[in-house]
Amino acid sequence: MAEAGDVLLRLHDVHTDIGRYKILHGVSLTARHGRVTMLLGRNGAGKTTTLRTIMGLWQPRAGRITFDGQSINGMDTPDIAQLGIAYVPEYMGIFGKLTVRENMLLATGAQGFAKDSLDRVLAWFPPIKLKWDSAAGSLSGGQKQMLAIARAVVEQRRLLLVDEPTKGLSPVMVDQLVEALLGLKDEQTTILLVEQNFHVALAIGDDVAVMDQGRIVHSGDMAALGRDEELQQRLLGLSMAVGA
Amino acid sequence: MNTQWRERLQRWAPYAVTPLIVLAALPAMGLTAWVTLTVAGLTMGMMLFLVASGLTLIFGLMEVLNFAHAAFVTVGAYVTVTVLGPLVGWTTAPSLALNLLALLVALLAAAAASGALGFVFERIIIRQVYGAPLRQILITIGALTVIEQLVIVVWGPEAIALPKPATLRGSVFLGSSPIETYRLVALFVGLAVAAAMQLILTRTRIGLVVRAGVEDREMVQALGYHIRRVFVGVFIAGTALAGMGGMMWGQYQTLVSSQIGDSMLILVFIILIIGGLGSVGGCFIGAILVGLTSNYVQFLAPTLALGSNILLMALILLWRPRGLFPIGEQ
Amino acid sequence: MTGQLHKIPEQPSEQATIALAPAVSSSKPYQSGKLRRTSWLSWIVSDDPPGRLLLNAIVLLILAAFLFAPFLFPGAKALGVASRICIFVILVASYDLMLGYTGIVSFAHTMFFGIGAYGVAILLAKGWVGWGAVILGAAAGAGVSLVLAAAIGLLSLRLRTIFFSMITLAVASFAQILAEQWRSLTGGEDGLTFTVPAILLPSFRPLSHPVLGVTINGPVIAYYLTFVVALLLFLLMLRIVNSPFGRVLQAIRENEFRVEAMGYQVVAYRTMISALSAVMAALAGALMALVLGYNGPDTTLSFSLMIDILLMIVIGGMGTMYGAIVGAVLVVLAEYYLQNILGGMNRAIDGTPFLSALFHPDRWLLWLGVLFVLIVTFFPQGLFGWLRQRR
Repeated sequence: MAEAGDVLLRLHDVHTDIGRYKILHGVSLTARHGRVTMLLGRNGAGKTTTLRTIMGLWQPRAGRITFDGQSINGMDTPDIAQLGIAYVPEYMGIFGKLTVRENMLLATGAQGFAKDSLDRVLAWFPPIKLKWDSAAGSLSGGQKQMLAIARAVVEQRRLLLVDEPTKGLSPVMVDQLVEALLGLKDEQTTILLVEQNFHVALAIGDDVAVMDQGRIVHSGDMAALGRDEELQQRLLGLSMAVGA
Repeated sequence: MNTQWRERLQRWAPYAVTPLIVLAALPAMGLTAWVTLTVAGLTMGMMLFLVASGLTLIFGLMEVLNFAHAAFVTVGAYVTVTVLGPLVGWTTAPSLALNLLALLVALLAAAAASGALGFVFERIIIRQVYGAPLRQILITIGALTVIEQLVIVVWGPEAIALPKPATLRGSVFLGSSPIETYRLVALFVGLAVAAAMQLILTRTRIGLVVRAGVEDREMVQALGYHIRRVFVGVFIAGTALAGMGGMMWGQYQTLVSSQIGDSMLILVFIILIIGGLGSVGGCFIGAILVGLTSNYVQFLAPTLALGSNILLMALILLWRPRGLFPIGEQ
Repeated sequence: MTGQLHKIPEQPSEQATIALAPAVSSSKPYQSGKLRRTSWLSWIVSDDPPGRLLLNAIVLLILAAFLFAPFLFPGAKALGVASRICIFVILVASYDLMLGYTGIVSFAHTMFFGIGAYGVAILLAKGWVGWGAVILGAAAGAGVSLVLAAAIGLLSLRLRTIFFSMITLAVASFAQILAEQWRSLTGGEDGLTFTVPAILLPSFRPLSHPVLGVTINGPVIAYYLTFVVALLLFLLMLRIVNSPFGRVLQAIRENEFRVEAMGYQVVAYRTMISALSAVMAALAGALMALVLGYNGPDTTLSFSLMIDILLMIVIGGMGTMYGAIVGAVLVVLAEYYLQNILGGMNRAIDGTPFLSALFHPDRWLLWLGVLFVLIVTFFPQGLFGWLRQRR
């Protein structure tokens, strides 16, 4: 049983290929229980591939992935999900032809919605309640993103993998999202978050891992990275003033 | 405001195709013929829908196109022959109830046989070719040939007569329009099955998973569902439906031959293309369109009849290259 | 994926790609005839010989058998079988251009076969006689095929594999229906019978004495015409697949995204090979009509013929060209002689009605189908491909 601060997810020397292309070259990172670990890096650094590999959508060629002490590389995606890991992909993964309600329902077990759980999610993301019976495809981009995250957390999860949630969102929505993520953090949900928006990273991140060309080039404390402008420049090619 | 109306029009236009064709046919052929032919067309559409719906779901969910689908139609038809043999007392009796009961037994038997064969087929053949369209096409065509030849081995090379039950042989009259009694039965069966499918798809969890899986298989797995297991169930359901379609079609033609599945296959493909691969609703509308077109054109311009559906398909593709109700956004 | 906006490339599983002839990084670089002509023989086969000793021997044996067919296998029936095989080699090899080398599955191939045959048949049946009509008919058939194939290619090669295949099935079906209904042009279901040029007639006997025990007459000449044309077309196709153009096709088969990214217009290449393949099929059709003196929808346009082509190319070996030869020989011989074998087995077994139905001579297609499924499953490279890759 993981305690706060213990390592919940560990990747050790993971290599992933897609066809003939080698994407991940020995990625090692950890996500600690109850903390938000940011995964930063330029486009094409391999962040999405890392998340997909954890989720079992792509099989690693080498390396180990353990979740709460249990080895999960080689497991089928549905089994990994059933361990309590939720995944919100970059493209959001919304089922456009289904209603918002049906999208959410898919994330619940046989007993359907638990009232308290659902209420807290609706409080975080009001538009979902508004569009409850509409086809998910009719939502705006920002609303779809909210739906994607709401769906991922409507039931308690142990680990949340989120890929660039703030991309294309208006500032107001970004704030709502940050609120929700902080709320999740209060619930001791472990989050591995890929983000381009450095402000958001600073606002909610506890730990950080920076990727470049399929490798982890820095890992440590998020706040510390936030104070070190020179390191930011070197790793991410930006300064805090510029932002995303 | 203008763009909103245009969007609305875009979205609802495909639904208008069927009513337009139905209405356009009326002045061309007069009311009496129109009623008969429309019912005939709807009925044929229902039977085609039974066969096509399974195929489109299978394709939508797992991107497997089973060319051997026709074989399950054939098996369904032949099993009907075998089952109705001993039930000849029921089918020749002048009782509607017994006749219908016999047909029901045959329907269930055909579904069961084709479903069982489908289970074996998925295990042995389909499992090997997930994600490989080339091999899928090849192996399922080979399997089609083998199964049809095996049908000949078991039932013989001659076509077998399958006379309609006694009370279903004539016609009833709607006004002055004759409508074959059997057609009404087939229409009813088709609609009942379609309604049942719709209920399962929209009201049950498994139906929800299937609908989501057709849109995005990966995401459904990421939500914790073993979509592979669901697929086996869908495959069996699809082949069982094909068997039912074969039963109804064979009974309708009153003749069962080993080619019975093949003759439907091209029409089924056309329906899939018109409706949009993976869309059950599109399949329903596509099947009705094909049924209506076949019957209308047969009456109005018999020489064009055989090719009319292909022309219809070409026209629709020119308008909507991915079919009338494609799954997935552009 | 039916629903996805994005294109996440699929992680290819082992099942997803069939082991085929080597792709771009092939060990057989095309040697320009001017620079390194190792021998005129290599040049003829475009540096793409069968390869192994056993395979070379087999192909040479087949070649010899066909070269001397009228003398080795006398009689009209045997000659007919031999002609049929030669024509099918071209039909199947041209199909391999699309299937084995470019990865396109089309069911419209028999349509082009039929167009070529009807080209010759229609002109000759209308009363035009002589070689002029034959050549004009063949050219017309080839021309129509070219245009039609290009049109189909440009309109639908952008579509996904399965969608495209279904459409070609519909198109071929339409062509068959058209041929059956348009009596005035095609003779409808009965087809067209016509007189072939004089030297091909049985009555034509250039030599008064038999050669090696065989009378040289029209059909023999027709056979040699077929053989020579087939040989030339085959070598031409071999040249094409071993050219830079052919390399691009194979790269497209392996990974079209990459090829597109490298700057090639994939649709253009696919269209070109479809058109080329269609022309070859049309020429094969013209030969067929010439040999038979007849053409009808069943002879050239039927779906069972399409299945035969698939049988031949899969059993023989996709993506090898020579596979077409092996496949055509095996399947045509099986069609004619498997029935005898089955009949013999039937008499020997003398078992239950079920067994005798299973091994009935008419069920030759069942056994070929089983062989087909087994080969697609266990030997996707076909007989020739497998033999070539062993050890």
